[in-house]
Amino acid sequence: MSATTWAIVAVVVQVAVVVVGAPFLVGLMRQVRARLEGRAGAGSAQPWRDLRKQLRKEPIAPEGSTIVFAAAPFVLLSSLLLITAAAPFIATTSPLDGVADLYAVVSLLLLGSVALALAGLDTGSAFGGMGSSRAVTVAALAEPTLLVAGFALSVRVGSSNLASLVEHGQRAPSTILSPATLLAAVALWIVVVAEAGRLPVDNPSTHLELTMIHEAMILEYAGRDLAVVELASAVRLAILLSLWGTLFLPWGVATTAAPGALALGVVGLVAKVSVLGAVLAAAEVFMAKWRLFRVPELLAGSFLFGVLAVSSSFFLA
Amino acid sequence: MSLVSAGLLLVAVAAATSLVVGVLASPLRRARVSAGLTCVVGLGGVLAGVGALGGASWSVTARNLLPLSEAVFAVDPLSGLFMTLVGGVAVATGIYSAGYPRTEEYAGGPASRTVQMALPMFAAAMVAVPAAGNVTTFLFLWELMALASLVLVLAEHRSRPEVGRAGAWYAAMTHAGLLAILLSLVMFSSATGTESFDEMGAAASAISPATRSAVFLLAFAGFGSKAGLVPLHVWLPRAHPEAPSYVSALMSAAMVNMGLYGVLRIGFVLLGGGPQWWWMVVLAIGCLSALYGVLQASAASDFKRLLAYSTTENLGLVFVGVGAAGVFAAGGDPQLAGLLMIAAILLTANHAAFKTVLFLGSGAVLRSTGLRDLDQMGGLARRMPTTAVLVGIGALGASGLPPGNGFVSEWLLLQGLIHSLSAAGAPSVAVAIAMPLAVGAVALTAGLAVATFVKAFGVGFLARPRSAEAMAATEVPPSMRVGMGVAVVACVVLALAPLAMIRPLERVLAAMPAIGEREPVHGAAELHLSAIAGSMSPLLIALGLAGGSLLVVLLLRLVGGRQPRRAALVWGCGGTRLSPRMQYTATAYAEPLTRVFDDVLRPEHDVDITHYVESRYLVESIRYRQRVSDRIENRLYPPLLAVATRWGSVARRLQNGSVHRYLAYGLVGLLVVLVVVGVTS
Amino acid sequence: MTGLLRMIRSHGLITEPALNPPEDMSDAARVDDVFGGSIQVRHVDAGSCNGCEIEIGSAFGPVYDLERYGVRLVASPRHADVLLVTGPVTRNMADPLVKAYEAMPEPKRVVALGDCARDCGVFAGAYGVQGRVGDFIPVDVTVAGCPPEPEAIITALRRLSGR
Repeated sequence: MSATTWAIVAVVVQVAVVVVGAPFLVGLMRQVRARLEGRAGAGSAQPWRDLRKQLRKEPIAPEGSTIVFAAAPFVLLSSLLLITAAAPFIATTSPLDGVADLYAVVSLLLLGSVALALAGLDTGSAFGGMGSSRAVTVAALAEPTLLVAGFALSVRVGSSNLASLVEHGQRAPSTILSPATLLAAVALWIVVVAEAGRLPVDNPSTHLELTMIHEAMILEYAGRDLAVVELASAVRLAILLSLWGTLFLPWGVATTAAPGALALGVVGLVAKVSVLGAVLAAAEVFMAKWRLFRVPELLAGSFLFGVLAVSSSFFLA
Repeated sequence: MSLVSAGLLLVAVAAATSLVVGVLASPLRRARVSAGLTCVVGLGGVLAGVGALGGASWSVTARNLLPLSEAVFAVDPLSGLFMTLVGGVAVATGIYSAGYPRTEEYAGGPASRTVQMALPMFAAAMVAVPAAGNVTTFLFLWELMALASLVLVLAEHRSRPEVGRAGAWYAAMTHAGLLAILLSLVMFSSATGTESFDEMGAAASAISPATRSAVFLLAFAGFGSKAGLVPLHVWLPRAHPEAPSYVSALMSAAMVNMGLYGVLRIGFVLLGGGPQWWWMVVLAIGCLSALYGVLQASAASDFKRLLAYSTTENLGLVFVGVGAAGVFAAGGDPQLAGLLMIAAILLTANHAAFKTVLFLGSGAVLRSTGLRDLDQMGGLARRMPTTAVLVGIGALGASGLPPGNGFVSEWLLLQGLIHSLSAAGAPSVAVAIAMPLAVGAVALTAGLAVATFVKAFGVGFLARPRSAEAMAATEVPPSMRVGMGVAVVACVVLALAPLAMIRPLERVLAAMPAIGEREPVHGAAELHLSAIAGSMSPLLIALGLAGGSLLVVLLLRLVGGRQPRRAALVWGCGGTRLSPRMQYTATAYAEPLTRVFDDVLRPEHDVDITHYVESRYLVESIRYRQRVSDRIENRLYPPLLAVATRWGSVARRLQNGSVHRYLAYGLVGLLVVLVVVGVTS
Repeated sequence: MTGLLRMIRSHGLITEPALNPPEDMSDAARVDDVFGGSIQVRHVDAGSCNGCEIEIGSAFGPVYDLERYGVRLVASPRHADVLLVTGPVTRNMADPLVKAYEAMPEPKRVVALGDCARDCGVFAGAYGVQGRVGDFIPVDVTVAGCPPEPEAIITALRRLSGR
C-alpha cells in the first residue's frame, strides 16, 4: 500500500480510536472517582450504554426554537471530528495538514462552543441563556492563554503547525524540559480544565442549575440530539487531553505511515490519555467547584504563565 | 480608455448627475435614482480600483479646477485597493437604499433632496480621495467627504434630538482631524517645497527627522481619528447609530478605511517607512483600540452602538498589523513586514464586507420592528428568515471563527506576530516584549468578539420575541435583501478563496518602498507562507465541516431511532409557563464579562423599586437599568470642552455687536498683514 | 489533602457486595429491556416528608452504590428515562409533577416510591393533599415502605435498568 493510502488509514484509525474511546475515557474517569470515593462504580462501559439508550429515545425541540437548536449538536460534533482527523495524535502524516495548525484547531474548538452557546440561547429558557453566557465568558478569557502558549511553543520550532511541533519535540527531547515548555504546559493544563468543563471551573455532574456552565446549555436536549451532544463533550475532553499529551509528551506518535508505527501510535495515545484522564479525575476528588467569578482570576493566572513562557523562550533561548 | 479612467469618469458623471437630479427629480423617483447613482459610483470605483490593482497607473493634472492650485489625480495600486473596497460597499449600499423606506417627506428628513443628493456625492468623494495626487486635491476631497457624510448623519434630526447632538460631535471631531491632517501635510509640503505627492515622497529623505516625526504623528492623529482609534473614537458610537443604516454602513465599512489609507500613504509610501518607534506607537494604539472597542461592544445592548464599537475594534486590529509591519520594515525584515501588511489589508477588506452586512441587517431590523435595542428583540429568525441567515453569515465573519472570512485575516496576523521572535536576525528587546503582549491583546479581542456576536445574533434573532414590536416583524423588501446578499457574496468569496484577494495585494506592497516587491503568501486552495513555515486551508476547513456534518447525520440515520422531533413547552422547572420576557437579555448575557472588566467599563446601575401602597414590605415592581458609558469620553473630553467653552465666552466679549469695533478689527488686521508682508519680502 | 488521602487509603472500598439480581426481573422483560443497562432518574418530591429522600440518598451513597447498576440521577426531565416520585401529590406540586412527566421523552417509566406515593400513606385526607401519584400520571413500579429500605429501592430500579 502506498504512503498516501496508509496516511488515510491512519486518519480513519485516529478518528475511530478517539470517537470510540472517548466515552470509555469518561467511564474511566468516573470509575477512578468512584473508587477514590469508596464506591464500586458503574464500569468504564457505562457511558456507551447511556449513549446506546439515548439514541433510541425521542428527540424534543422547545417551542419557538429555530433550526439552530436542531443543528448545533451536528455542527459541534463535526468540528470535533475535523480536528480529530487533522491533528497528529497517532501519526503526523495526516493529509488534512491544512487544518492541523494550532490556531486553526483552537478556533475550531471555539466554533463548537459557539454552536452550543447559540443553541442554549435558542431554547428560550433562562437556564440556556445563563449557561451560554457563562460558557462564552470562560471561552473568551481562555483564548489569550491558548494563543500565547501556542506562541511560546512555536518560537523554537518556527511554525505553529501541530505536526511540526510534535516532530520537533520527538527529535529534541531537551526542549520539552525547557522552562518555556514547562510553563506553557502548566498554562495549557489550566485551559484544558476550563475548556473541558471540569472542576474547579465547572462540575460535570451537578444538579444545581445555577452552578452549571456546560450542562445548563443542554438541559433542553433529549434523545438522539442529547446522545450527539454527550458524545461530543466526551470527544472534546478526549481531544483536549490528547492535544496536551501530544504536545508535551510527543513520544509514540508515528512520523511515517507504516503499520507498526501506527500501532505504536495508537497504544501511545490510549496510554497517554488514560493516564492524564485518571490524574484529572483523581485531582477532582480533592476539589470543590470555585465560584464563577474566581474563574477569571484562574484564567488570568494561566495567561501570566503563558506570557512568562514566551518571554523565557526568548530570553533564555 | 483604460479601466481606471473609465471608472473615474463614471464616478464623476454620476456625481454630477446627482447634483442635477437632486434638484429636478420627483420625490417618487428620487429615492431610486439616488440609489442607482450610488451603485454607478460604486461600480466606477470598483472598475477603477481593479484596473489600478492590475498594474495600470494613471495620473492627470487639471490646472484650473481648484483655486490657487492645480488638481492632480494619480492612481497607483494602493489607491486602487481602497477604491475597490469603497466601490464594493457603495454598490451593496446603493442597492439596499432603493428599498429603505422614506415614509414622510419632511424638510431635512431621509427623503429630502439634500440627503438624496448627498448619498452619491459622499460615495463619489470617498472613491476619489485615494485618487488625489497632491495636497490641495486631497484636502478638498477629504472635506467634501466629511461634509457629505455630515449631511447624511443629520438626515433624521427633526424627528430625534440625539441626532443633532451626534451630528455636532461628528462635525467637531472630523474637523479637528482635518486640522491635524492639514498641519501635517502643510509641514510636509513646506519642508519639501512641493505639493505633489510623488515629489514629496522623493524629497522626504532630505527632511530633518524631527520634522518627519512631527508630520507622521500629526497625520496619525488626524487619520487615526477618522479610523476610529482610541482616544479619538468618541464620534463613532454617537454618529453611526443615529445615521440611517445605509449611511452607517458606508461610514463604518468604507469611510474609516480612508484613515488607514492616509496612514499608509504618508507613513509607508511618502515618508518611506520611518524609525521603529513610530510604529510601536501605532501598534500600542492599535492594541488599546482593539481591546477597548471590543469591551464596549460586548457590554452594549444597542445593536448599532455595538457595531460601531466593533468598528473601533477591527480598525484597532488593522493598526496592530500595520504597526507590526512598520516595526519589522524598520527592523530589516521586509518578508515579515509584507506578511503583516497583507494581513492588515485583508482584515480591512473582510471588515468592509461583514460590517456592511451587519449594518444593513440592523437597518432591516429597524425598518421591520422599529427596534435598535437587543433587549427587546428576539424571534426574528422565524419572522425574517433571509435577513437572519445573511446577518448570521456576517456575524460569523465578525467573530473571526472558521469558516467565516474574519478567521483568515486573523490567522495571517497571528502568524506574522508569532514568527517575530524566531525570524532571521535577533529581534530587539522592545520587540520581544511587545509581541507577546500584542498576541495576548489580539487573542483577548478575538475571544471577546466571539462573545459579542454570539450575544448580538443569539439574543437578537433566536428564541422568542421579547416585545410586541419584535413579534410583529415581517421580512424586508427584496432590494434590501439583495443589497445584503451582495455583501454576503463578498464575505463568502473572501472566506473560501482569500487568495483571489491576496494576489493583487502584492502589487500594493511593491508600491511601499519600505517593503517592496514580495510574495508573502502563495498557493491555490491552501495558504502557504513563504519564508516562514505555516499553512492553512480555509476551503478545506469549510469542506471538512460540511462533510463531517453530513457524515454524522448519515450515521445517525443508521444507528439512531426513527422518532421525529416533537415540539414541547420549554422546561421551566415545572412552575408557571416561561414567558418570553424571562429569557436572557443582551444586558444579562454580557453581565459576567461586564463584571470581570468593571474597572474599565464602570457600569452604572439604577434600581427603582415600587412598593404597594398598602405595605412597604410588598414589592409591586422592580426596574433595573444598567448603563455603560464611554469612560474615555467621560475622562478626557469634559476638561477639553470646558476649556473650549471658556475660550468661547472670552471671545464673546470681543464680539460685542458694535459695528465700529468690527471695522476697527478689520483695519488693524489689514495694517498688520501689510506690515508683515512688507517686512518679510 | 493528606487527611483525605489517608482516609481514602484506610477505608478503601466500602460498598456492600452486589445484591442478587431481583428474582422477578419480569418487569425488565415487560419493559422489553428498552434501557439496556442504563437508566437516568429524575426525582420529583411531590410533597414528601423527606424520609424517602434520605433513603434515596443512602441508596446512591457509597454503601449501597446504585450507580453500579447503571442508574444515574439527572437534573432535567428531558435527560431522564425514569421519574422517581416521592410523597403524596400536594396541591402546589400537582401541576409541576404532570409537567415533569410530559417533559420526558419516550420511552419513559414512573416509579412511585414509598407509602405516600402509593396511597398517600399517613397524610391521606390532609387538606393540602390532592391524591396519589397514580391519580395524576401512569405509574409503572411501586415501592412500598415508610420509608422503603435502600435494598427495595435498588430492586425496583434494577428491574427497570435490567442490570
